[in-house]
Amino acid sequence: MNCIKKFFKTFLLWELLQGLKVTGRYFFARKITIQYPEEKTPISPRFRGLHALRRYANGEERCIACKLCEAVCPALAITIEAEPRDDGSRRTTRYDIDLFKCIFCGFCEESCPVDSIVETHHMHYHMNERGQNIMSKSQLLAIGDKYEAQIAKDKAADAPYR
Amino acid sequence: MLDPILQLLWIVIKILIIVLPLLGVVAYYTLAERKVIGFIQLRVGPNRVGFKGLFQPIADGLKLLTKELIFPTKSNKYLFVIAPVMAIAPSLAAWAVVPFSPHLVLSNVNAGLLYVLAMTSLGIYGVLFAGWASNSKYAIYGALRSAAQMVSYEIAMGFSLIGVLLAANSTNLSDIVMRQSGGIWHWYFIPLFPLFLVYWISAVAETNRAPFDVAEGESEIVAGFHVEYSGIMFGVFFLAEYANMLLLSILVATLFMGGWLSPFQGIPVLGALFSFVPGILWLFLKAGFFAFVYLWIRATFPRYRYDQIMRLGWKVLIPVTIVWLVVASFGVHFHIGPWFS
Repeated sequence: MNCIKKFFKTFLLWELLQGLKVTGRYFFARKITIQYPEEKTPISPRFRGLHALRRYANGEERCIACKLCEAVCPALAITIEAEPRDDGSRRTTRYDIDLFKCIFCGFCEESCPVDSIVETHHMHYHMNERGQNIMSKSQLLAIGDKYEAQIAKDKAADAPYR
Repeated sequence: MLDPILQLLWIVIKILIIVLPLLGVVAYYTLAERKVIGFIQLRVGPNRVGFKGLFQPIADGLKLLTKELIFPTKSNKYLFVIAPVMAIAPSLAAWAVVPFSPHLVLSNVNAGLLYVLAMTSLGIYGVLFAGWASNSKYAIYGALRSAAQMVSYEIAMGFSLIGVLLAANSTNLSDIVMRQSGGIWHWYFIPLFPLFLVYWISAVAETNRAPFDVAEGESEIVAGFHVEYSGIMFGVFFLAEYANMLLLSILVATLFMGGWLSPFQGIPVLGALFSFVPGILWLFLKAGFFAFVYLWIRATFPRYRYDQIMRLGWKVLIPVTIVWLVVASFGVHFHIGPWFS
């Protein structure tokens, strides 16, 4: 009996029709493609994109040149030089991030005691010439000024989990 | 003196009337393939060029036309150029005998079925020439695989056509369609169901389509016989393959599904209701369904291993056709049903 059943199943292409049924059902299913430049997937507040240096609300830069980020950076992408400023506080004179070395692990952001170095959502950047991969302190501060609203929002969203 | 020239001109015009729309349909069939396979994989397919991606085939065609033609070192230039022509010529020539509706057929020859069988078999020479002329081991492997496969499935295909010949008692394609008139239960796919299946499977194998696409086998031999072809010479191979697919879809519709006949024929109310639909539309609907099945199959089944293809062709399909030929012969002898009268 089983043998006869198998014979008919084989010659009526039963298993193949089962497969066609599955793909036929998916033909009418809702398509899940995201049309990228027009549509975007949601981004986590913890997304790690291009770096930025933040300031306090009064315009004072947050970084106190503790060099924890430089120490924790596994790719040695951060270079910091520090000197006392005229008012006696310790500040960086140089804060460079080599984007070619950076692996976007986010350790610098984790280690920073004053939430100065952060990683923004910005990911569409490019370099036209050699040397542009090294982000200087002024560039990083400029990025921080530009995206401050978004950064503050992400920090607030992530705060309850820290 | 002038008469033969006019006649020739008229034939050329008739050929153009068939071939030009055919090439257009072939171009859009490639778009349909990408769309259908995309839909089955939960994607949307090409939708950027023009409205909903409708200009995609034109963009593809322009791209292929403007690309450089590369001739491999030590390739046989003469055969290399002639191979794509050898591939596309038979697949276009076979359309000459396809009956689109009772009076719409380019040449209503008596041996139409034999002509079609001959033309679809000739396509293999293009593949073989391409493989040989390319001077590449992948190309020659693809060509040899394709040759062996097409020869094997040609037999099963020929046998299933013999079943149709037995039932219709004619090799004229128009006659074969006319013999199926009288309603959907007169169509040959019912008495010749195993032959219908075998013919369809052989048709997929003949056109080197998935799951029988070992001749191309992009994951094992890169692209098989057309690996060395670029630009419009590759485009011609591409056109030939899709023209062949459409041809075989329309042949299945003609031989087993009643060609231009309405499926509602002979049914009291519906038959009269749908009598205004021209036959050519029914034929295109049926052929369109089979063309869709081609894509559906490609999106569903994985590629056969080479020895499995040979086993299926020789040990399964050919015995099945022979057995059913005997059954059909008895049917013809004893005039069984409405089919074998």
